[in-house]
Amino acid sequence: MNSTLPLLSLIILAPCAGAAVLAVLRGIPPSVSRTLALIFSLSPLAFGLVALNAFDPARTSPQFVEYQTWITALNVHYHLGLDGLSLVLVLLTGIITPVALLASWRVKHSPRMFSALFLLLEGAALGVFLALDFFHWFLFWELSLVPAFFLIKLWGGPGASRAAYQFVIYTIGGSAFMLLGFAALYVATGTLDFTQLALLAADGSLGVKLAALGGIWPKTVFVGVFLGLAVKVPLWPFHTWLPSAYSEAPVGGSMFLTGVMSKMGIYGFLRILWPIFPAQLHAAAPCFLGLALAGVVLGAYAAMKQTDLKRMVAYSSVNHLSYCLLALFAVSYATGRDGLHAEAATAALSGTILQMFNHGLSAAALFCCVGVLESRAGGKRGLNDFGGVRTVAPLFAGLCGISMFSSLGLPGLNGFVGEFLIFRGVFGLNAGVATIACFGLLATAIFLLTFWQRVFHGPRAGAAAGEFADLNGSEIAPLIPLVALMFILGVWPQLLAHLFNPLVTKWAGHLVLP
Amino acid sequence: MNALPCTIYISFLGALLALGAGMRSAATARVVALVTALTSCAVTFYAASHFTPGPGLQHLIDVPWIPQLGIRYHLAADGISLTLIVLTGIAAVAGILFSWNIEVRAGEFFALFLTLIGGVYGVFLSADAFTLFVFYEIAIVPKYFLIVNWGSTNREYGAMKLVLYSFGGSALVLAGLLWAYAAGGAHSFGLGDLAQAATHFSRGEQLGMFGLVFLGFAVLAGMFPFHTWAPTGHVAAPTAASMLLAGVVMKLGAYGCLRVAMPLFPVGLMFWQPLIAWLAIIGIIYAGLVALVQPDFKFVIGYSSVSHMGFVLLGLAAANATAVSGAVLQMFSHGVIAGLLFAVVGRMVYERTHTRQLAELRALPLHRLMPFAALTFVLAGLASMGMPGFSGFPAELTILIGTWQTSPKWALLAAGGVLVAAAFTLRVMQVSFFGTTEGSTPHAAQPHAHPMAPITWAERAGAMLLIAATVYVGLKPDVLLNWITPALQSPLFQAALKGGAS
Repeated sequence: MNSTLPLLSLIILAPCAGAAVLAVLRGIPPSVSRTLALIFSLSPLAFGLVALNAFDPARTSPQFVEYQTWITALNVHYHLGLDGLSLVLVLLTGIITPVALLASWRVKHSPRMFSALFLLLEGAALGVFLALDFFHWFLFWELSLVPAFFLIKLWGGPGASRAAYQFVIYTIGGSAFMLLGFAALYVATGTLDFTQLALLAADGSLGVKLAALGGIWPKTVFVGVFLGLAVKVPLWPFHTWLPSAYSEAPVGGSMFLTGVMSKMGIYGFLRILWPIFPAQLHAAAPCFLGLALAGVVLGAYAAMKQTDLKRMVAYSSVNHLSYCLLALFAVSYATGRDGLHAEAATAALSGTILQMFNHGLSAAALFCCVGVLESRAGGKRGLNDFGGVRTVAPLFAGLCGISMFSSLGLPGLNGFVGEFLIFRGVFGLNAGVATIACFGLLATAIFLLTFWQRVFHGPRAGAAAGEFADLNGSEIAPLIPLVALMFILGVWPQLLAHLFNPLVTKWAGHLVLP
Repeated sequence: MNALPCTIYISFLGALLALGAGMRSAATARVVALVTALTSCAVTFYAASHFTPGPGLQHLIDVPWIPQLGIRYHLAADGISLTLIVLTGIAAVAGILFSWNIEVRAGEFFALFLTLIGGVYGVFLSADAFTLFVFYEIAIVPKYFLIVNWGSTNREYGAMKLVLYSFGGSALVLAGLLWAYAAGGAHSFGLGDLAQAATHFSRGEQLGMFGLVFLGFAVLAGMFPFHTWAPTGHVAAPTAASMLLAGVVMKLGAYGCLRVAMPLFPVGLMFWQPLIAWLAIIGIIYAGLVALVQPDFKFVIGYSSVSHMGFVLLGLAAANATAVSGAVLQMFSHGVIAGLLFAVVGRMVYERTHTRQLAELRALPLHRLMPFAALTFVLAGLASMGMPGFSGFPAELTILIGTWQTSPKWALLAAGGVLVAAAFTLRVMQVSFFGTTEGSTPHAAQPHAHPMAPITWAERAGAMLLIAATVYVGLKPDVLLNWITPALQSPLFQAALKGGAS
């Protein structure tokens, strides 16, 4: 395990280097820049597989650790580490980015800059998943906003300026208070290292130090960090930036935003909020459970009411991401109460991590499919702008159908496993919440089936009435790996689950309040 | 280290040479000015590389000046002065690079510019209140002429307002210092001696003296509600002067507060601390909100300077070692970033489009007409927003950490200020450079049949210098913090930085 190669730094820096190379090479033809971008975007997957090969799932502490002194005045260390949770997300990022670039293969306006920004975005996301010190974790967290802002603004739809502005301001708004929260943690503990903070929290000394502030301030620290993460996920009611940002972004951008960036928030909940503030999270859990439930149910019902397909998929993301948080909050709620069963907690937390990966695949595939529809219909993507697409484009209908059923949670496809584990876990911890969440499942089924029926079935209508080509090579390319993974993980979830099982079991076995 | 006073003399000498060279041609004057600035910048870097951080001032030169009054020509430096001297060196070089296109009376322009720089170096090196005051005044006069002769929009008004505020501020400082000098037995203006004498002052005297001196300096630092000279002055000034005004001259005020007012009158500081902090917070948020609705590009940047200087003042008011080191870091950071922002707005954009109205700039696809300026502004804007990876982030983080120790309430409001800063920077960024994006109006590029003049090498070099500085300090704040933190351990500062008390 003591490889001399700084593997994790390479994972982060390779795409950033790619972005720099693309930004510098001015005169290269678009095809070369696309190919270069694809190669660079695959590098994290390649390095991720190297890491997977050497990864020891039985060890629950971070592996491949890199630790260097950085800023002595603030006690900041360059600290990277990889555990099962990070590994899953690194692999997800490594898969989604090339796929999203493939889906944007025909971006007309300045493909070189598009690819460069995309690679920077990938590097920043990987940095978030690997950093273990707040200083550079926050650096990557904020850095990811910059390329995302420009991708939405310059390559997005007609309302892109407003959407991009709203997206960044909401996120920075959350981050500013998270920054304050960490400033306060630093004052209390003198460190910004996640692992050390978690240790201090576990033995209760952090709580004592924060309590010394008195008044509402200990809660403010917690709420500040919570806000930063909740906006990013987003948790209802902090989600209002999401539908416009996702629907105005270019296809590849939406795929990445939903596939990877939303996971940054959930990762933050698992890596930061829960370990560092276990007691505060526990105290707030009833309220947060309500918010997550609202996201599950209202997100699905909002999706049902949409006539714009991209907005529909965007709202379905709110619904799916809320499952992840629902499980986490249920576990936190049950901690220290009678209803706590270790196996239910294990199931819920495993479900959360699986759901993160699965939602990345299925939502990215759905956005990709909507992008195909949009390109065929001259930019229209209404629920009623299509009809009978199945007869003219059977291959497309097949792949899109599989993605939908994956998103819906059909057994045999990947989505089922994650949602099943979440429901299994949450039911064991808090049956009432699980029952209400079922309404979300129902609404999801309704809107996805409506999508399927209106667009793919019936007589040919709207854009599909005229000439409507089936998928061409560059459109199949992004969908094939996603759909293949849906089947593979649907049948063999253990492939992924064995990476984080010991970690989750450890988490579930140590559920005590300090 | 001992070479540092040379920066002052080199600058004044260069001013004379530039004046002479200006008789010959503008080009000669430019070269002379650039060589002068580069030389003094090189001296500061040389001194910085041989600097051993430690508490207390390291004496450079100390000779009697007016012995009858106990006035000495006393120059000394510690990590705080060194940080600001390095900033001055960088800002001077960048300012001259961004004034490369000055053709009218170039000799006088650069002579005034270098005199201003020399005065600024002098202030940062003075260890005698009288010497400091003299250099402070030397720095004020050239500003007026720079704005009146080479300025734009409402320049007479802007220049007059700026100078009146500056003189008003310095009058308060002078009154406070004379009071302290007299009350202390009229032996010496040395900062150490004054501080020694101040320990015997009554509480009322301390409160009064601190109030006068701090307020006088804080006017120049742009403290709300005495900030109104700053936006008008910055807007009226020619680009290089705006860069220096926002970048360095506002730091003179903050430096005066830190070097003179706080260590001399710690009792006064404790009394006025809450008021200063609240004014700083109001300044951060109010100036940020005003910047959010300005129709003029340069006014946005002008108000953003007031907002960012609010963080400096808040850091000083929090009065503990962490917050003050953050404030000094923020001084450096804002000096570089404000210089960059003014350079883009005043030099790159205004001199090519001849408008600063955001509504008009919005109609131009500026990011395609001048991609380098767009990139520079994006980087400068991100830095100004406090994006991690740029110097503003460690500075604001340190200020937040320090302020939280003194009062969580202040820190919470300051975090709100970070959000406002993000909002107005992002707004101006997208309206000015990305107002018209691809496809929406293909004919937008047509009316400008005459293409914009390309960005010159001087502009590129200046921008690169400043960007490099902000990124380097952003990733390695240790270089400056390792100078600043030990300096704050000196007994003089320790008396003021009790911390925690509020």
